Amino acid sequence: MKCGVVVFPGSNCDHDCFHILKHVFKLDTEWIWHKGDVDLSRFDLIVLPGGYSYGDYLRAGAIAQFSSVMKEVVRFANSGRMVLGICNGFQVLVESGLLPGALIQNHTQKFVCKTVSIRVESVSTPFSCECVEKPVLEIPIAHHQGSYFIDSDGLDQLVDNQQIVFRYSGPGGEVTDQYNPNGSVDNIAGIVNKNKNVMGLMPHPERCADPAWPNLDGQLIFKSIIYSLQDGVSL
Amino acid sequence: MIAKIHITFKDGVLDPQGKAVHHTLIDLGYNEVSEIQMGKYLELKMDGVSREEAENRVTEMCEKLFANTVIESYRFTLETAK
Repeated sequence: MKCGVVVFPGSNCDHDCFHILKHVFKLDTEWIWHKGDVDLSRFDLIVLPGGYSYGDYLRAGAIAQFSSVMKEVVRFANSGRMVLGICNGFQVLVESGLLPGALIQNHTQKFVCKTVSIRVESVSTPFSCECVEKPVLEIPIAHHQGSYFIDSDGLDQLVDNQQIVFRYSGPGGEVTDQYNPNGSVDNIAGIVNKNKNVMGLMPHPERCADPAWPNLDGQLIFKSIIYSLQDGVSL
Repeated sequence: MIAKIHITFKDGVLDPQGKAVHHTLIDLGYNEVSEIQMGKYLELKMDGVSREEAENRVTEMCEKLFANTVIESYRFTLETAK
């Protein structure tokens, strides 16, 4: 299993992702620079990390969607292989059309940086299949434009197709406005595409996946991906 | 040709920045203001294109890059450069 971590100018969670994949899970992992000749054929998983790609100019992810690497990531995703977008990576995925909806400024107008609870809404995705025993995860968020927006028809489709993977919740899994940190529609924290091979989420699983840290909930997401790829679970 | 482009949120999309500015205006006593739309403004200078070409090209640019049409709408005017 080979992983690639994309590096845009302005990515700043790339090293965390690389560290978790390479040093914690001992996976064969490479950096992928955003421009030049990009060949993704040797990879099984592409991670789009958090940060401020291209300074988040215009809109978060707006410029990144036209980078050389993203053209290939779209092709890679459309061929059914796995793509994980975290935070800014999620913003890039919605801008590039790989995931529906958009991410806008938090309703509080503030950058929010804290650990939140997210309820696992579906364990039948290759990104969440290992969460069966843990229906609520504690994962840090750190963003300013993390309010997920989608119109009501789009939301119906997400629900009908079981594309909502995580919702912001209380520690007991209560999905209410009180536990919505950014004003996301329906408390949405993470979604997959229809084929369930592309996931975007605002929380940072890579920030709670190193055993040096007491909270290891983020590992469940990486373990799900590894299980799905190595044990050949069909998507 | 000069294109002047305005991009604003669509109806129904929360605009926290506009809301905060509106609250401040009310605090300042401008009670007649019932709504604020905040957005982006871009000005483009284009060379060697007719008005019709410019119209098509700018529409394309707005759709592709300047606006995210999931959440934003755009409008623009074209002027002949002086």
